[in-house]
Amino acid sequence: MRLQYPSSIRIICLPCTGKVDLIHILRSFEKGADGVYVVGCMEGSCQYTSGNLRARKRVEQARVILDAIGIGGDRVQMFNLASSEAPRFVEVAEEMTRKILALGPNPIKTARGKMAA
Amino acid sequence: MIVAKQKPIEELIESVKEASKILVVGCNECVTVCESGGKKEVAILASALRMALMNQGKEVRIDEITLERQCDHEYLEELRKVIDQYDLVLSLACGVGVQFLAEKYMRTPVLPGVDTCFMGVTEQRGVWTERCQGCGQCILARTGGICPVSRCAKRLFNGPCGGSTRGKCEIDKDLDCGWQLIINRLKELGRLDDFETLLPIKDWSKERAGGPRKIVREDVR
Repeated sequence: MRLQYPSSIRIICLPCTGKVDLIHILRSFEKGADGVYVVGCMEGSCQYTSGNLRARKRVEQARVILDAIGIGGDRVQMFNLASSEAPRFVEVAEEMTRKILALGPNPIKTARGKMAA
Repeated sequence: MIVAKQKPIEELIESVKEASKILVVGCNECVTVCESGGKKEVAILASALRMALMNQGKEVRIDEITLERQCDHEYLEELRKVIDQYDLVLSLACGVGVQFLAEKYMRTPVLPGVDTCFMGVTEQRGVWTERCQGCGQCILARTGGICPVSRCAKRLFNGPCGGSTRGKCEIDKDLDCGWQLIINRLKELGRLDDFETLLPIKDWSKERAGGPRKIVREDVR
């Protein structure tokens, strides 16, 4: 299909979204990511039964923490789609990119920049 | 195990905001099992605090360590070489660990990162319930292995109160009546006659009411 999606997105491959931990999401923001989204299989079709459901809970936990510390919980989101849905993958990538562009850069990066100056 | 829950992140940010070098100390025992103060929670909290303080324009160094236990001298000794580098320690151990750490290192402020709640069990992942209040005089042998001190809201000793309805306690419709559980278990054991035996008045001086407690065993000292 050779579909194009925004080049600002860095994909980290995992065997299952159940592998995603809260600390992975937080570290991404600590290292300067402007947004993180987790793309898991459709709910009910996880090969490991509940990996994508666990991931959703962790994304929710990350949202709560990011809101509490002033980074913004909206910067993290969970999406569910099947591996055959390439056009949907692109839609999600574009949707997330638009959302993050609207939210602006990660405040940590701005704060770090100010401290270095 | 001792069950604790982490304090709200807002409260923790407020309590550490004046410090610039912070050590977050976890404990590998009970608080790891109840997912409130183990290595994982230490990493998450440290990361969140780093970001929160940096976002407020504060330059901080937040390091992490998780000890095997915080209620034993030998493990707390692991901090001796490094603790002077920090102006604040945030301990995610239960109240026991926080205090023992504070007693040992007098010059460094030690703050609690969790609220210590009770001695209990993991009913299922994410659900912990109380089982023991450390009353110092165990009567489980006479109550079918179910404790009226910790399971009955009124700590009654000779049967349920009038508030027990359909096996539930009057303080919460989802809470089992401790005495209903005891009676059910005695029935299963074929020992319902035990219910008729009056339990003697309990010596509450062995409980917290008698002041801070201490056990000394000369044979193992």
